[in-house]
Amino acid sequence: MVDNSNKYLLQVHELKVTYFPANGDPVRALDGVSLDICSGEVVGILGESGCGKSTLASALLKMLPPQAKCEDGSILFRGRDLLSLPERDLRAIRGQEISLIPQDPALALNPVMTAGSQVSEVLRSHLPLNTQQRRQGVLDLLREVGFNEPQEIYSTYPHQLSGGQRQRIAIAQAVACRPALLIADEATSELDVSLQAEIVTLLSQIRRQHGTAILAISHDPVFFAGFADRMAVMYAGRIVEVASTDVIFGRPLHPYTQALVRIATSSVVTGAAKSARLPVIDGETPNPTSLPVGCRFEPRCCERMDVCSRRYPPEFMPAPLANVNCFKYGEHVD
Amino acid sequence: MIYVGQRLLRAILLLAGVSALCFLFTEMAPGSFFDEMRLNPQISPETISALRAHYGLDQPLAVRYGRWMKSALHADFGYSIAYNMPVAPLLWKRTQNTLLLTTTALLLTWFISVPLGVWTANWREGLLDKTVTLASSFVISVPELVIAVAVLAVAVRWRLAPIGGMTSTDFDGLSEWTKLQDLTRHLALPVLILAVCESAVIVRHIRASMVEALDAPYVHAARGFGIRRARLLFRHALSAAANPAISLLGFSLAGLLSGSLLVEVVCGWPGLGPLILEATLSRDLYLVIGGIMFSALFMVGGNLVADVMLLAFDPRIRREGTNAD
Repeated sequence: MVDNSNKYLLQVHELKVTYFPANGDPVRALDGVSLDICSGEVVGILGESGCGKSTLASALLKMLPPQAKCEDGSILFRGRDLLSLPERDLRAIRGQEISLIPQDPALALNPVMTAGSQVSEVLRSHLPLNTQQRRQGVLDLLREVGFNEPQEIYSTYPHQLSGGQRQRIAIAQAVACRPALLIADEATSELDVSLQAEIVTLLSQIRRQHGTAILAISHDPVFFAGFADRMAVMYAGRIVEVASTDVIFGRPLHPYTQALVRIATSSVVTGAAKSARLPVIDGETPNPTSLPVGCRFEPRCCERMDVCSRRYPPEFMPAPLANVNCFKYGEHVD
Repeated sequence: MIYVGQRLLRAILLLAGVSALCFLFTEMAPGSFFDEMRLNPQISPETISALRAHYGLDQPLAVRYGRWMKSALHADFGYSIAYNMPVAPLLWKRTQNTLLLTTTALLLTWFISVPLGVWTANWREGLLDKTVTLASSFVISVPELVIAVAVLAVAVRWRLAPIGGMTSTDFDGLSEWTKLQDLTRHLALPVLILAVCESAVIVRHIRASMVEALDAPYVHAARGFGIRRARLLFRHALSAAANPAISLLGFSLAGLLSGSLLVEVVCGWPGLGPLILEATLSRDLYLVIGGIMFSALFMVGGNLVADVMLLAFDPRIRREGTNAD
């Protein structure tokens, strides 16, 4: 699936984002994140809550909260740097070229607008269609995201829909203008497992039909299995490993990835209820206001070496198409 | 429909409660319409007690309340001693004038408040936002009477608009068009005073609910789909913020009414205000009660209108209504 000869659709380079809370120390949420996405590719971002993955999603659309600042780096989308574009151009990109599927479908739909009109609003803001064409477009979209009776769904309000249906509406909004890139930020974490699978199937189908690239974000490795082509593992504001999904699940490189995958797969096999105690990674994520100089996972890592606490590990490439920031995979000359 | 029925029933109970309290309080208040007559040596105590009996004032409270209720059901609302006629037609003429004043003020208030509230919520902490916050704090903290007198003083000094009454003295001789112009000129000052005082409160509420709606995840999501700012403000956020604003509309009508009683007296507008004041001073019992009942009716009516509008605007309330079926 991965075809590097393709021109990159999105290139994030050394992105740094810091939150400046009204009271308290600034927090570096993203500390030099680099990531490339090709057209039509599904890239998964895996990480615990608080690792900066949602900040990355908002930063890509330049929709960070006012107290957050992009301090460094660049986001090239089809060669244009989004960070230097004026708001007017960004508005044209949002929804039309890059779309964000919101996190919680229960909150992401306007309670006083019908499902159909909310999809219609997206078409209206980007495409020159008349009322009739817009309505037809919405009905087609609703059918595409799996509603068999789009006419009825069109005029229902969000509170009349189930969680899965709301998420489908949100997806219909996101794909309405056939964006080249979809960002799904924990798009299924509010849904139960069988609905999660349906949504993943729907997203795969959209990608197959329209060649849409998808950046999927989740804390659950299982979400990406059979869905993502490549995965990036984030820890404390940095990407520690980028590899194909097969590598991540088969031979994960970074000790953190290994721990995550072990936990995720063991809970699938044994079932959460049976095991007396859920497997955990010992220790806590580092305090974001005072990050360690060296590898951020070092305090919790069971394979740590002397060098790990002194320097941040550079990127090594122990296998084709697998990049990892860990001294296990390279010489560490001091 | 059940929803409206419930509201209607509640409104009727409320009105009954208000009337009972009115009777109780007027009973407790000292003095009566005939006090002055008693001081007059030419009127014998027998005449006064005969008059009292004629108007039924010698009966116990409960009987009087019962009689009044009966009269209210006949849409008379009792009998004015001073005007010597049923209260309702007397009040009705004045009510029309008050309604003209309050509805005009209400329209102007919302015409000012909604755009201003949306604007200040959009440009939070901007120059206009700060100015509006400061101005509304000022207007809220200064008594309405002072504002009214100040506006009148300015109007007199620069001869901006006529003061006092509803029409000029030569009103009857004017053509239809100039009649309308004359009426508008007389309306201008009391409407302005009412609208300024009321807007100060409403703007803040609209700003607050707009701020809440603009920070809501669904507006954020809509922004992520590239929807224009103006569209976000007026279609997405305002429709969600409309719910509290519409509830407020009912209250604002009540607020306008109580405000208008004062403004009417100050500006000499021939509405309910001067009539109730006069009736209270002369202890014209049933006219006072009737006036208060009319005011209560306004308020209840305003809230009812707001409830029905909420029903039309907010799909979540419609669902509650169907669940009750």
